[in-house]
Amino acid sequence: MTGRTFAEKALARAAGVPDARAGDTLDVTPDLVFSHDNSAAIRRIFEQTGAPRILHPERVAIMLDHAVPAPTTRHAQNHAEIREWVREQAVAHFFEAGRGICHQVISEEGLVLPGETVLGADSHSTHAGWLGAFGAGVGRTEMAALWATGEIWLRVPEAIQITVTGTPPPTVTAKDISLRILGELGADGGLYTSIEFAGNTIITLPLDERATIPNMMAEAGAKNAYLPPDQVVFDYVQARQTRVFSPIYPDPDAEYAQRYEFEVSGLEPQIALPHQPDNVVPISDVAGEVVHQAFLGTCTNGRITDLRAAAEVLHGQHVQCRLIVIPASAQILQQAVQEGLISILLEAGAMIGTPGCGPCMGNHMGIPAPNEATISSANRNYWGRMGTPSAPVYLGNPYVVAASAVTGRITDPRELLA
Amino acid sequence: MTTHHRCWVYGDNVNTDMIFPGRHTYTLSVPEDIAAHALEDLDTTFAASVRPGDVIVAGWNWGCGSSREQAVTALKYAGIDVIIAASFGRIYFRNCINQGVLPIVCPELHTLVNTGDRLALDRRAGTITAQEQIFAIPPLSPTVQAILDAGGLLSLLQHRFKGDSYP
Ligand code: SF4
Repeated sequence: MTGRTFAEKALARAAGVPDARAGDTLDVTPDLVFSHDNSAAIRRIFEQTGAPRILHPERVAIMLDHAVPAPTTRHAQNHAEIREWVREQAVAHFFEAGRGICHQVISEEGLVLPGETVLGADSHSTHAGWLGAFGAGVGRTEMAALWATGEIWLRVPEAIQITVTGTPPPTVTAKDISLRILGELGADGGLYTSIEFAGNTIITLPLDERATIPNMMAEAGAKNAYLPPDQVVFDYVQARQTRVFSPIYPDPDAEYAQRYEFEVSGLEPQIALPHQPDNVVPISDVAGEVVHQAFLGTCTNGRITDLRAAAEVLHGQHVQCRLIVIPASAQILQQAVQEGLISILLEAGAMIGTPGCGPCMGNHMGIPAPNEATISSANRNYWGRMGTPSAPVYLGNPYVVAASAVTGRITDPRELLA
Repeated sequence: MTTHHRCWVYGDNVNTDMIFPGRHTYTLSVPEDIAAHALEDLDTTFAASVRPGDVIVAGWNWGCGSSREQAVTALKYAGIDVIIAASFGRIYFRNCINQGVLPIVCPELHTLVNTGDRLALDRRAGTITAQEQIFAIPPLSPTVQAILDAGGLLSLLQHRFKGDSYP
């Protein structure tokens, strides 16, 4: 018998069956399901199902994060409907506007643990793989079905193994590793697959930086992505956990549809050019391009390590273009205040936004004018993504975003830190 | 039974923002309004000229990107109930099934037909005929087929909570 991949083991566990193979269709009972500002729309679908109430409100999390505080009356009404629903259904885990971005909040709250299965009504639910969990995105009707019945069909995906080795140079981060991989795999290179990481690099990265990698594998079409949890992960979750868990590791002889290897010791900062996250070049190919706005934040790069990186670049500098900084959660914002990072950013001319998604998907708080270019730490730079078609978005790591804000041009951070 | 359809043909990696822009996701909820913005950033002629029964024929990775279901419902409300692509974004594929829109994986078709061309679909025989070539429609798993047969996940749930055994 050949070994099992992480996905095969995790979904067998979630379906309560002894074994599963890629290609099997299983009825899976996730440990947690979550949704955000889309919860009012999901509620309207749920109400049509005829289900009496949410079957397992203790396994449901809802957070307001996509447009907070509400930018318009319609957004406010949407939030109001969600709050009413949460009260009515006694949803166990509700997080108000300002608490943070869904993927970050479930991690901070100990609602996702190694080996568990978490489904979110959000395409970046692959994020949960940073703690060694199976995280996948579902649509709204599926979330309504999950509320109603607690279970959903999932096809056990084929898996790809990506081995990352070497030590990235200073100012080269998990973002650059992710972009490099996306550039190689392409936007459908991981379609329908479980992307399972191996190699000695990931465990050397700061814990919160690691989250960027499974988050961004959504851009390769992955169903889920997985980093093998180590002691650093266990220490993080043990401080927050409310349930017992047992981590899952793929067998050494697991069957992978494909294997890739990346050596990152000589990697430069990477940039995704408009309008595709897999349209990736080394920064030297694009340095000097004018940007009108820089955005540091999102579930991809709004954590403390990212804010520290920006502060390192911005210390004693002043920005030449608008710099919007939005921490991914209230806890991160608080820590950044305590560490003095927010002062450094403000002195450099940054503006600080309420924890949440901000302008990432073009709702508010930093929509560019037509033809204005943005350098962003987000995961996605589609045409029109930030709310204005014709406003190009470049993706880069937090050092690059900060350095580009200083010069108003795409800038290699090593020039400023040298 | 064979049905005939007019094609709208698009390329590779058309993401959900192209199919239904993110700026509308929390502001529009009426089907006609949602349909009116379908594909507006990719093809300004689509929403005005699409007719019920038309099909989309696309390249690789149609519907990659966000999980927004409106990227399926916008097309459904515009009258599309079959989408043929070389491959689909995975959440998009699931959203199609759940909305009762048939997603057909056919790697070759988008290179053969142009917008305005017609194709013939035989759902029972599982074939597509276009430009005098015949393509097999890959079968779906029984769980997935049951959702489509019910007209989507919502109808399946409605039967379940009414106590009907479906069908
Ligand atoms: S920060 Fe952006 S990518 Fe992340 S959940 Fe929010 S909108 Fe989605």
